[in-house]
Amino acid sequence: MSFLEIDHVTKYFSSPSGTGQVCVFKDVTIKIDKGEFVTTVGHSGCGKTTLLNIIAGLETMTEGAIILGGKEVVGPGLDRMVVFQTFSLMPWMTVFQNVRLAVRAAYPDWDREKIAAHVRKYIELVGLNGAEDKRPTALSGGMKQRVGLARAFSIEPKVLLLDEPFAQIDALTRGVIQEELVQMWSKTRNTVFMVTHDVDEAILLSDRIMLMTNGPAARIAEIVDVTIPRPRSRDSIIEHPHYYKIRNHVIHFLVRHASHGDTAEEDRSRTDAAHPLVVRF
Amino acid sequence: MTGVQGQMGSRKDAWLISGTMLVVFLVAWHLFTLRAAFDPGVLTEDQLQTMEFNGDIIRTADGGYAWNPEKEKVKGVPGPLAVLEKATIELGEAFVKKGTNDHGIAYLVVYTVSRFAAGFLAASVVAIMLGVLLGLNRVLFRAVNPYIQILKPISPLAWMPLLLYTVKDPKWTAVLVVFMASLWPTLATTAFGVSSLRKDYLHVAAILQLSWFKRLYKVILPGAAPTIVNGLRISFGSALVAVVPAEMLLGELGVGYLSWIEWNNLDISGVIFAILVVGAVGVILDSGFNKLAGLVMYQE
Repeated sequence: MSFLEIDHVTKYFSSPSGTGQVCVFKDVTIKIDKGEFVTTVGHSGCGKTTLLNIIAGLETMTEGAIILGGKEVVGPGLDRMVVFQTFSLMPWMTVFQNVRLAVRAAYPDWDREKIAAHVRKYIELVGLNGAEDKRPTALSGGMKQRVGLARAFSIEPKVLLLDEPFAQIDALTRGVIQEELVQMWSKTRNTVFMVTHDVDEAILLSDRIMLMTNGPAARIAEIVDVTIPRPRSRDSIIEHPHYYKIRNHVIHFLVRHASHGDTAEEDRSRTDAAHPLVVRF
Repeated sequence: MTGVQGQMGSRKDAWLISGTMLVVFLVAWHLFTLRAAFDPGVLTEDQLQTMEFNGDIIRTADGGYAWNPEKEKVKGVPGPLAVLEKATIELGEAFVKKGTNDHGIAYLVVYTVSRFAAGFLAASVVAIMLGVLLGLNRVLFRAVNPYIQILKPISPLAWMPLLLYTVKDPKWTAVLVVFMASLWPTLATTAFGVSSLRKDYLHVAAILQLSWFKRLYKVILPGAAPTIVNGLRISFGSALVAVVPAEMLLGELGVGYLSWIEWNNLDISGVIFAILVVGAVGVILDSGFNKLAGLVMYQE
């Protein structure tokens, strides 16, 4: 049985004019195994962040259900922690206090020392020792998101939700943090659902990539298996024969098919929104 | 290096200019208010005797005449030396209570500051609590906002007759006038600050399942603090403006009252001294406020 099930999730917004309803996406369905890293890739506006927020419980869905560990989840909770694109660190708290806020919430019966030790462990894990007492303003974008990652990993959630986590970080730092995330993830083997529009990032990190068509009425068109063995690193995966096949396929989809909602011509008849085409090289 | 020196230099320059301005002002003030010594000139002995009888002039030890210094005090605008003399006397008696309505200046300052503090603090607590409530509930905010907009521009002094009639006690009326003066700006800005708090922070709080109370004092209040402090600053100024006329009109002992009672005594030096004291009290309260504000501010 799968660990996290996104079952026929459909979202309608009321249109800005107030006259009707706009379908953001329809019948998004995927089963994610425990410890799996799944990424959604699509153009801006296809509703991928909305989907992530629905899984997090921060937004409501119009139809469908999110089932985690056999139970339907309603509303936000400590079992699904988000790493935000905008970092969402409290600017009035230091790095230590930001992580501690989360740890305290997750482990209310721990004493002060145990909480402090746990916080320090995760700050060290993201390589920020020495910056504990700094406020987010004093940190670079990359360091801010390391705090975001430390906060998310520290509460040991069942599912980590990464919402374009590195989009606001400069390209050089982004590569370094992606690699750090690979290492952190391979230690903890959390179940991760990520949203991005960086194809290389998706291939480096994911087990499977969901390709979403453009909105409105977006849907999952294909699911690409990333058949590159782990452990992966940025310089080694490009050597793998499947790397460019996968990359080209994904980019081809984004450029050609995302706007039509098409999958490759010959397979169109075999797919519907709830059963996307599975692509495997 | 040059930057630091430049900064130090410009600070020094500023001090120099401030000092010069003060000296120029005092000298000008002194010269404009200076009166020439009494010159009997063409006046006859009869006229001089009438003037002496009226108390305008006095006979000096050497047989001449001079302006009566007692009457001079209420003639024209007093010069800086007269104000200094008055200030020396008042400050010398700062801790003396001469009668029920004649307390030393230190007491008057304490009365005004405590009246101000009571009204301002009570209004701030009420305004912040209501503001948070309105900021978190868009519907309630929309419903209440028109009333805030109507009540906000009313001068706090306009409430005074009604308050005096209702509470029937000038002491509490003065505090309530300060309360009314400091309520609206804080209320309006707190509601705005809370409602425009970044949704991300509330999302984090929701995921972490923080209790209602923790959400309030760990996320909402600190997040909206810079905006709330701006509202408090406006309230603070408005309350400071309101406390002086409230004391004047209600006859409550305080620095505002001092200014009025000296006017009733026709002691213009006293009025000027009282104005300076009001200014000094304002500076003290303002710097205290800025220290407190510095503790809760943060940068995005």
